[in-house]
Amino acid sequence: MANRIDRDQVKHVAELAKLEFTNNQLDALTPQLDEIIGLFESLSEVDTSNVEATSNVTDQINVMREDVADNWGQSEALLKNAPEAQDGYIMVPTIIDESED
Amino acid sequence: MNYFKQDLASLHADLVAKKYSAKELTQATLDNIQATDPEINAFLHVNADEALAQAEKIDQAGIADDQPLAGIPMALKDNLVTKNIPTTAASKILANFKPVYDATVVEKLAHANMISVGKTNLDEFAMGSSTENSAFKTTKNAWDHTKVPGGSSGGSAAAVAAGMVPASLGSDTGGSIRQPAAFNGVVGMKPTYGRVSRWGLIAFASSLDQIGPMTRSVKDNAMMLSAIAGHDDHDLTSSDKAVPNFAADLNAATSVKGMRIGLPKEFLAEGVSDDVKNAILAAADTYRKLGATVDEVSLPHNQYGVAAYYIIASSEASSNLQRFDGIRYGFRADDVKNLEDVYVKSRSEGFGDEVKRRIMLGTFSLSAGFYDAYFVKAAKVRTVILNDFKAILKDHDFILGPVAPTTAFGIGAKISDPVTMYMNDILTIPVNLAGLPGLSLPAGFSNGLPIGMQLIGRPFDESTLYKAGYAFEQNTAFHQEIPTLGGQN
Repeated sequence: MANRIDRDQVKHVAELAKLEFTNNQLDALTPQLDEIIGLFESLSEVDTSNVEATSNVTDQINVMREDVADNWGQSEALLKNAPEAQDGYIMVPTIIDESED
Repeated sequence: MNYFKQDLASLHADLVAKKYSAKELTQATLDNIQATDPEINAFLHVNADEALAQAEKIDQAGIADDQPLAGIPMALKDNLVTKNIPTTAASKILANFKPVYDATVVEKLAHANMISVGKTNLDEFAMGSSTENSAFKTTKNAWDHTKVPGGSSGGSAAAVAAGMVPASLGSDTGGSIRQPAAFNGVVGMKPTYGRVSRWGLIAFASSLDQIGPMTRSVKDNAMMLSAIAGHDDHDLTSSDKAVPNFAADLNAATSVKGMRIGLPKEFLAEGVSDDVKNAILAAADTYRKLGATVDEVSLPHNQYGVAAYYIIASSEASSNLQRFDGIRYGFRADDVKNLEDVYVKSRSEGFGDEVKRRIMLGTFSLSAGFYDAYFVKAAKVRTVILNDFKAILKDHDFILGPVAPTTAFGIGAKISDPVTMYMNDILTIPVNLAGLPGLSLPAGFSNGLPIGMQLIGRPFDESTLYKAGYAFEQNTAFHQEIPTLGGQN
């Protein structure tokens, strides 16, 4: 079978998608993605030389509105959904990895 | 309280006549769920207290004649956000999430005084055709508990089919309302893209997603769609076209006489099992007897729908699901050293296998060097498929075909083989790509399992589909069949 995507490419795409996979997972995922991309390649049989792409099928035209600031008064409820919060702020770990260099 | 013998109109009449109160009806529904759901597993969350409190308020205010849905219980697919009520999209990444607002459809049904009793199971983020991709539980088919309920709206379909609620809402990106409706012998409508606001629907593929009703009859379905449809400032793809009272046209005078129906030969081709094919041919005969003409037509590019769909839907999903980063809400992995770790580990531990597969496919299709060959090509094939439908619908009132190639398959039968699972949606996916309305309704049985048929219409012409579905229902008895549960009907 011709490889349409190999293990290194899968690792590269995972990096772009902010995902990581174990070696065992990569072993299973790579041939699966390869088979699905094989299905994608059947589209080359369709002649689309004079065809415009369709990105959506809505009948609406984009409408602009004024950008108005609005206080929902729900910051407390919103922060309850944050994994870690303190004094009205969302907590995150240090941005620079202190374990390196 | 037995929903198998009552439609929404008769429940409404009983409530107005005070045969029982909204609270009694809601309590009966909760009792039904308690008795039946431990076997079916349709619900992820039941909000008994909120439902009973709402019912009490409705009883105090009284139910007027012109409030056809008031006091009637229903269920919501758990990818519709509900204020202060857990909303998970059946994902570990949202296991502890409580939204701070209601989806527009939820608000509209609350405004109609319908009572939401709970949130139903689905494939994680609506990605799947069997509800087996839920992070929390496996829902069973109401007719055979060894079979899948279909997906992704499997919980909403099984809850209605098993008589736990008279109506529910689902969402349909590639067949997720119509296929589970078919597998469970209920009625499901995927409205025209833009008919219903998507505000508050947890986004999967924004150019394909639509919310729609699942019910036990066509008329019930029509009533529900009128209640949830319409323009919404929060969703600028929602249409400002007027919303008809769809149910008003469904009565003794409803007829398909003189209608032209297209039956695509590709819909009865290879892969479609004989029992399904025969049910659709019998339905075509029923329509001929009722005075319609049925022509063989062709959707020559139908076979490319699945490939185009998995590129487009996965690309949109990979973009939509970037928001799940472990920072503002949702699951955050433990044991992280830095910010990058929060993103990568939270996403890798929080998402299930199928969701990760789709994010990977989408990221690949959009990545440098592959964008034109995959994403742009798929968007062009989408135009070709849309034009095939337009050509048929120019001189046909609607298209008739099966919903799925087979009846419900076994739990575990396809879950380890993504391509086989994807191909199951070959008859529903093209309708989403084209943005058309599609109605799924019972059309027969095979070995005790329901067979569904699909009616596909012109944009914003759900009305014709409801009329044709209603006429079929009045002349067949399939929708009156009920599954055996706990050894009795």
